Amino acid sequence: MFRPMHEAKPAEALGFTFDGRALTARAGDTVAAALLANGIQACRQTPVSGADRGPYCMMGVCFDCLVVIDGVGNRQGCLVPLREGMRIETQAGRRHPDGAQS
Amino acid sequence: MIPIETIGQVAEHYDIAVVGAGPAGLAAAARAAELGLSVLLADENPAPGGQIYRAITTTPVTPRAVLGEDYWKGGALVDRLRPTNAAYAPGCTVWSVAPDEAGGFELGLSLGGQARLIAAGQVILATGAQERPFPIPGWTLPGVMTAGAAQIALKASGLVPSGRTVIAGCGPLLYLLAGQLAAAGANIVAVLDTTPRRNWLAAIAAFPDFLRSPYLAKGLKLMAAARGKLPFKTGVTALAAQGAGKVTGVTVTRGGATETIPCDALLLHQGVIPGINLANAAGCAQHFDTVQHCWTPTVDEWFASSIPGIAIAGDGAGIGGAESAALRGEIAALDAARRLGRLSEAERNEKAAPTQAELARSLRGRRFLDLLYRPAPQFLAPPADETIVCRCEEVTAGQIRDTARRLGVTGPNQMKAFLRCGMGPCQGRLCGPTVVELIAQERGVSAEETGYYRLRPPVKPVTLAELAALPPTDAAVKAVVR
Repeated sequence: MFRPMHEAKPAEALGFTFDGRALTARAGDTVAAALLANGIQACRQTPVSGADRGPYCMMGVCFDCLVVIDGVGNRQGCLVPLREGMRIETQAGRRHPDGAQS
Repeated sequence: MIPIETIGQVAEHYDIAVVGAGPAGLAAAARAAELGLSVLLADENPAPGGQIYRAITTTPVTPRAVLGEDYWKGGALVDRLRPTNAAYAPGCTVWSVAPDEAGGFELGLSLGGQARLIAAGQVILATGAQERPFPIPGWTLPGVMTAGAAQIALKASGLVPSGRTVIAGCGPLLYLLAGQLAAAGANIVAVLDTTPRRNWLAAIAAFPDFLRSPYLAKGLKLMAAARGKLPFKTGVTALAAQGAGKVTGVTVTRGGATETIPCDALLLHQGVIPGINLANAAGCAQHFDTVQHCWTPTVDEWFASSIPGIAIAGDGAGIGGAESAALRGEIAALDAARRLGRLSEAERNEKAAPTQAELARSLRGRRFLDLLYRPAPQFLAPPADETIVCRCEEVTAGQIRDTARRLGVTGPNQMKAFLRCGMGPCQGRLCGPTVVELIAQERGVSAEETGYYRLRPPVKPVTLAELAALPPTDAAVKAVVR
């Protein structure tokens, strides 16, 4: 859904995974920007209806870019700088007492 | 400027803590440090600049014309801070501000997954603005973003929307963004202007002042550049994002006719409003600004809030734009120095006088813009019942109207108890203004009378591990040990 503009200054590429897929993005990107640059629009499901959501405000206000980063849930992807080797996962909707997710 | 990389590097006490490193925060921190005060500048973003000067020190966008000359002015604010001794903590979230026993304030900070409580004699909140919520059917679909979000992706990462892009809404920033994205090579298939035509009637009285304003030349240039090149459609009265799982089009009503424009990205914008969460949670008084049509913390001419020792500078205390934000930060810092005894009242007044004059000039003409670009009522209080208002808890306009009517709900706090709107992670940032609007409309009273959410710290999520690792104070121990 987003692409680098032609005249952008080149930068080092960082490797990361999203739901197990190996991807790369530009050093200096936030997690949310790295996902958008890789064509990933939805990064969480809501806890109420399970609807897909993706980054909306990119400035820490809306909480729609919540993702799991290296095992820690509910991180705001738009505020976390991407690091080499990050393991990013979809923030699944509602938690159930038995540990399963829907 | 002393960069802070870990929470352990933050000192126990500062003369002044400044929250937010946009124009107001950068200017306030620099001014205070130049006066010899110890300053902490905490900002949750990875780099200084706030939103308007986002990524000013790191942007990969090299052709200066793409972002425009006004953007590059932000570099001077960072350059001014560099030679000072101010501590600058990027990636640092301030989640609480409360009075402490020493007559100053205790701030709750998080950085790198660890929390700390520190003290400051004076606090300057420079938390800036956020985009006004734009609740239309389908605005929660992936692929629908704020125009500001696309601008941040461009400034910080050099990213442009790759498919057919529609920009919709009103306000000067809408034209600015349309121009920037077009210059960066985006495929803009439509710019849908929702500015109500009758706004001209209200705005015209403020026009003479606008003619003498610094906005005029800038505004006319933006309009001409955007209108000349882009497919504008004016007089838009209804919008709905279409798609299943992601946006695939936008349905537009204008002049009574409705059409659907296929698109891959829909960027929404209808102005900016103060980000009030931290000020509200700290207990600062606020009022409903009827010209800017938003809740605004109440401040005096020195930007002091109702709580002595907490000042609110920049757009967080009323929208004035980047230039005025920096000037307001400067003035707030001078008054904080006076409160700390560093400056006498006469010294403060003398130092502030030229900045105050410049501020008055920079705000001239603002009223005209506020009145001209006030959003249409149907984009403030969505008429379609199925429109999601609270994005976090997925509460619709229909539910809010129905609950207001049948249960006689008088304000947003009561509504929150019934419907959970405002209870999700965004803490009302994206639903508060709309919930107020809907209740006010249903009851036939003003927004001021309807009130706003009473927010409480932490204003950003903090993990239990972070809270548990905080050293307990005597008072906290006594509160639970019997």
